[in-house]
Amino acid sequence: MKYSRLIFALGALLGFTLLVPNILPQYLVRVLIVMGINIILVASLGLSNGFTGVFSLGHVGFMALGAYSSGILTLSVSKKLAYLPDLPGFLAGYNLPFLPATILAGLLCAAVAFLIGIPLMRLSGNYVSVATLGFLVIVNNVLINAETLTRGARTFTGIPDFTTLPWVVAWMVVTLVVLSRIAYSPFGRAMRATREDGIAAQGIGIQVLPTRLIAFTIGAFFAGIGGALYAHYLVSFSPATFYIAMMVTQLTMLVLGGQASLTGATLGVVIVTVLSELLRNLERGFDLGFVKLPAVFGASQIALGLIFILVMVFRPQGLFGDREIKFVESKVERNERPVPDHL
Amino acid sequence: MSETLLKIEQLEVNYGAVRALKNVSLEVKSGEVVALLGANGAGKSTTLRAISGLVKAKSGGITYANQNIARLNPTQIVALGVSHSPEGRRVFPGMTVLENLRLGASQRNDKENIQADIDRMFEMFPILSERKTQTAGTLSGGEQQMLALTRALMNRPKMLLLDEPSLGIAPLIVRQIFATLAELKKTGTTILLVEQNVNIALNLADRAYVLRTGEIVLNGSASELRLNSERVAQAYLGGGIETQDSRAA
Repeated sequence: MKYSRLIFALGALLGFTLLVPNILPQYLVRVLIVMGINIILVASLGLSNGFTGVFSLGHVGFMALGAYSSGILTLSVSKKLAYLPDLPGFLAGYNLPFLPATILAGLLCAAVAFLIGIPLMRLSGNYVSVATLGFLVIVNNVLINAETLTRGARTFTGIPDFTTLPWVVAWMVVTLVVLSRIAYSPFGRAMRATREDGIAAQGIGIQVLPTRLIAFTIGAFFAGIGGALYAHYLVSFSPATFYIAMMVTQLTMLVLGGQASLTGATLGVVIVTVLSELLRNLERGFDLGFVKLPAVFGASQIALGLIFILVMVFRPQGLFGDREIKFVESKVERNERPVPDHL
Repeated sequence: MSETLLKIEQLEVNYGAVRALKNVSLEVKSGEVVALLGANGAGKSTTLRAISGLVKAKSGGITYANQNIARLNPTQIVALGVSHSPEGRRVFPGMTVLENLRLGASQRNDKENIQADIDRMFEMFPILSERKTQTAGTLSGGEQQMLALTRALMNRPKMLLLDEPSLGIAPLIVRQIFATLAELKKTGTTILLVEQNVNIALNLADRAYVLRTGEIVLNGSASELRLNSERVAQAYLGGGIETQDSRAA
């Protein structure tokens, strides 16, 4: 009884994802895939930026690591010979299926996040943002210069196109379930306490550094997963794909939706994706019979920017702030959460 | 009332080049309420922070329940049953009253008793019960102080470190909070209380120490110090000026 609604919802979702590619145009399926990947990335970004208060600008760095590592792991042996002839022997001789490669990519990112987090998580406020930005810059430069592994600044190509809508939706569900379990557990409460007041959190016995480190590491794991899925969706990419522009897009989605809310992160992605697709189609110009609009290229970006400004003026905490739809929170926690006043 | 619960010996704490505490020694017996008095910057809060591990002592010993705690981290010290209600309340403003209280119990192992303790806190301060799903940042100063105190109590402390529970709070609420502290004292909770309000502190405390610029300049039983307000004022200010507080006493 307790899980029946959940099972029903998951079943419906599964049916939908299996059906959709057959009935929807290819264009919409691709939009849905990117949206799902972005939900994984933005929700996991929210774990550190929103729930723990470590405003990281390095999330895309982990995404890049995930994309490249899973790309290298899955590339067929013959393609490795063609594209990456100087690959070290233990990588050159075999390739992995999609799932293990994705998980390995996530684990690699988690390991890197743990190591760099030990010094970085001691910082707070703007300092941790700048330091994580430094990490993104380093990753970008390593990818450009590690030619034997990445083909450098040239396009890394030949990656199998494993990413399908069911894969993305499955990973998205896993991500959201795991993150909501963490964010609304006693550990999640400790995470939020370190965000609110580090000294007070220490005063009641919460260890600030390990708490932040764990949140950062888990976030990086899912960034790696998202990166891997994105790699097998794009099939070819370069280090420039995973850089400042992408970071800004993801941060916008998160801040717009509400940083300390998984619902907010999800809806931020949906809203930004839908709006930019709609506006992009509109800016080509359209004819409604009585009015005829000429094509104004670039107008969609301006409109999108204006919407962001308006949201921040009227709802600086983002659309959801730190609220969730009831579905996300466990029964016990729900009674303790703020009563929604205007949702 | 017999055995010593907390003993500080020749404690010295520096903030960078500034020496905040020099050669502070004091002790608190089990079940006692001890007040730490002194003007701003005298080192009262630093003493509490050193006990709870939030600042590290440069030298000197801190013994709690016959265990040297000077090198332990705050988490370990909280787990030993020392709760610190910090200056300026420092509740978690974006989290609800209930979440704040649950966080206070985060180092406890007896999870099954936590709900009962929360109910007990609500009996103590019924206003918190009415506000339980409100975020702490929306509470009044007095309510936040009640929350800071009950959050510290959620750890079921053997020793409670209270830093200026009367700071910036309406006199009526101060009286209510100190009435609660008097109840706690009866149940045997040991309290080390930092206060600027000498009068109200000496009414609750058994003994008091007066700090000035990082040193203890006076100590004695509360009743003795109440009668001798001139000496307290002198120790406080370093001169012979009588203050409002001491005149009232």
